[in-house]
Amino acid sequence: MTRTPVGFALSMMNRLAANPMLDRLGLRSPLEKTAYHGTRAGFRTLALAGREFKRVNQWLPRKRLPERPPAELFDLSLTDDQQMMTDTLRRMAQDRLRSAAPEADETGTAPETVSSAASELGLALYAVPEAFGGVAEHQSPVTSVLIAEQLAWGDMGLATALLAPFSVAQAITRWGTGEQQSRYLPAFCEDEPPVAAIAIDEPTPLFDPTNLQTIASESTSGYVLNGLKNSVVLGANADLLLVAAKLHGQPRLFIVEGGTPGIRVKPDPGMGLRASGPVQLLLEDVQLPAEALLGDDDFNYQTFLDCGSLLRCGLAIGTSQAVLDYVIPYCNERQAFGEPISHRQSVAFMISNLAIETDSMRMLTWRAASRLEQGLPAHREVALARLLCSEKAMEVGTNGVQLLGGHGYVKEHPVERWYRDLRSIATQSGGLHA
Amino acid sequence: MNLEIPGKFAPLIDQARQVAREVFRPISRKYDLAEHEYPKELDMFASIMDGMNDGAADGGTGAGKLARSDSNGGAGNRNGTNMKTVLGLTELCWGDVGLALSIPRQGLGNSAIAAVANDEQLARFGNTWAAMAITEPGAGSDSAAIRTTATEDGNEYVINGEKIYVTAGERADAVVVWATLDRNKGRSAIKSFVVEKGTPGMTVERLEKKLGIKASDTAAIRFDNCRVPKQNLLGDPDISVEKGFAGAMQTFDNTRPVVAGMAIGLASAALQKTRELIALTGIDLEYHHQTWTQPAVTRELQLMEAELEAARLLTLRAAWMADNGLPNSREASIAKAKAGRVGSMVTLRCVELCGSLGYGETELLEKWARDSKILDIFEGTQQIQLLIIARRLLGKSSAELK
Repeated sequence: MTRTPVGFALSMMNRLAANPMLDRLGLRSPLEKTAYHGTRAGFRTLALAGREFKRVNQWLPRKRLPERPPAELFDLSLTDDQQMMTDTLRRMAQDRLRSAAPEADETGTAPETVSSAASELGLALYAVPEAFGGVAEHQSPVTSVLIAEQLAWGDMGLATALLAPFSVAQAITRWGTGEQQSRYLPAFCEDEPPVAAIAIDEPTPLFDPTNLQTIASESTSGYVLNGLKNSVVLGANADLLLVAAKLHGQPRLFIVEGGTPGIRVKPDPGMGLRASGPVQLLLEDVQLPAEALLGDDDFNYQTFLDCGSLLRCGLAIGTSQAVLDYVIPYCNERQAFGEPISHRQSVAFMISNLAIETDSMRMLTWRAASRLEQGLPAHREVALARLLCSEKAMEVGTNGVQLLGGHGYVKEHPVERWYRDLRSIATQSGGLHA
Repeated sequence: MNLEIPGKFAPLIDQARQVAREVFRPISRKYDLAEHEYPKELDMFASIMDGMNDGAADGGTGAGKLARSDSNGGAGNRNGTNMKTVLGLTELCWGDVGLALSIPRQGLGNSAIAAVANDEQLARFGNTWAAMAITEPGAGSDSAAIRTTATEDGNEYVINGEKIYVTAGERADAVVVWATLDRNKGRSAIKSFVVEKGTPGMTVERLEKKLGIKASDTAAIRFDNCRVPKQNLLGDPDISVEKGFAGAMQTFDNTRPVVAGMAIGLASAALQKTRELIALTGIDLEYHHQTWTQPAVTRELQLMEAELEAARLLTLRAAWMADNGLPNSREASIAKAKAGRVGSMVTLRCVELCGSLGYGETELLEKWARDSKILDIFEGTQQIQLLIIARRLLGKSSAELK
């Protein structure tokens, strides 16, 4: 649209009113450029690592968890272990996450009570093979999805924070070399597991995780990373990061320890998932040793991304189920025109559709997870599950708010937070690995 | 947890697929154009299907075998008749829905007989091809409002009334008719009666001309002092509150997943054909992580595929629950609602994506887009399914949530 004289005058007035000094000195325009090549104001160096990962001399051979044997029959029932895990996590979601969520959303951090509950639970143990101190015997993407589902039923932001270290442990278990597994996995089985996260996203529209702008180049001693990551969960305090970067034109993951020079962070809060403490991560000539390249001859970036998508689908299901479980009693209690609003088909049918689409997401996700668990090709199934979740999760979110009307728009009820959180299903790539 | 189709059903699926490909597809357009002509090719096929069923060690498959398992999961996980029937019919409807509906002895009436008949009735009607007559000119989804009456007279019931939309109503050997014993007693007085073909007083008035499924005959039947033996009343003759009607409605818990399966078979035919046609244009149809930078048609195809997969898995879930004796009324309706609307959406979009090629009669795409619509209507419309689901979720009676 061309700017008319009136528009120009309005714009000038607006700008002058906002901050005359800034504009007179011509400072606003550069400040508005927030991209990498603009100012780096606001970034600070990453807090010195609270934890050191000792180089291991006597490292164990690489351990790959076996797939589950193929099942003979169609079966939607959970194993006893899965049922127990689900019940425990549902209680924790109900008792701890739900109550902690509003404040965590405000402050942008997970409270101590939640982190301690998570360490008591020892989530990461389920990701680490016995040889390195964990309890994992099989690949278990189904269980991972069930975990995500239950945690996100409590709160997606907190779930994202709790799942970040779990996901790093999963990724190192699935892809790491023997040296990497020996060096990092035992730490995840300690009383206080490391703060760890996977960094993939970059601040660009239509971001494609297979086409990264963060570049890794080879140096004499290893690799040098340069680039800008955003939406990095728990990034401000991370002891350990898995950073996606392009190496010789191919996307790979690099293990970056907290104290590594050249990394600077700044808060990167978003629409939702605020409790997960997202940051932007500026990587400037970050020197990494040769053994920082995650994975062996069996590394597959597409499957790596699929494992992330799968867990995100689990989050989508959990929060969607939370919406459904919330609007049912609300619409039964809320009176209008002399009866509960749930007596109206226009309301009731919206609730039916929430159930239909939540179950749709769940079925596709469970199938993809179970295929992955059995070692069957699963890329198509994960892609379809993610696509459906990206579409339907937001539909559930917006209809959840709609069903509460004005009450849905204020923070007295959690649906406005769920609305914000559910948008992330379609936008985020990093942080998760089933 | 496993959501793959069990290997033991592979032969059944393969057989059904062969039938769909070799028997149904070649005559699909023929009977779409020749509405009301009897597809005689089906007689021989029906005998083959009967043979397959009788030989099956595990109870066979088909409309007449559907029933909820008695076991409450005690004997471990089961994949049985309900799942088999869904899978078989899905494949057959990949071939042609109208023809699948015309397979002798696979009528909805057969499911009703299987669900509520006593042993004596099973022996008499088990091998009858039975159609189902519920809808009336003034009562469709509102089954409780039917006006057809059955009056007791000695050892007989005298049936009077008019039924419409009776699938296979002219071809079937018998019709299961819903009629009320007492119009003042509401839904609990509604019973079903087997009326055999040729019974005096039963007249097929006309066959409907329809939007699709033209290979399937849809009859309007008049009952004029039509007398049937008392023993032809299916189930309990007592007018006990709700129980009788609930029993009749329970038939739908088993048949809804089957109709959902039909929609899935049909829609996957359309989607498969569309993918094939579009692949010829050289467009990249791979599954990428960022779908927004792919061609619009690729994303749309994948979204349809995802929706269809969701419908398929929801349907298998409902059938699996029935096989394992789990109450599945809500899940059956979820499957039917999802599959019904996805079936319409997919087939219509496929015509759209293929443009005038999809719209013309050269391909079957336009036919499938017409056929699919009925699957979101019969066995309970989309809206009826949403109502059932909502009542279950919200804990509401039909008086509260109307």
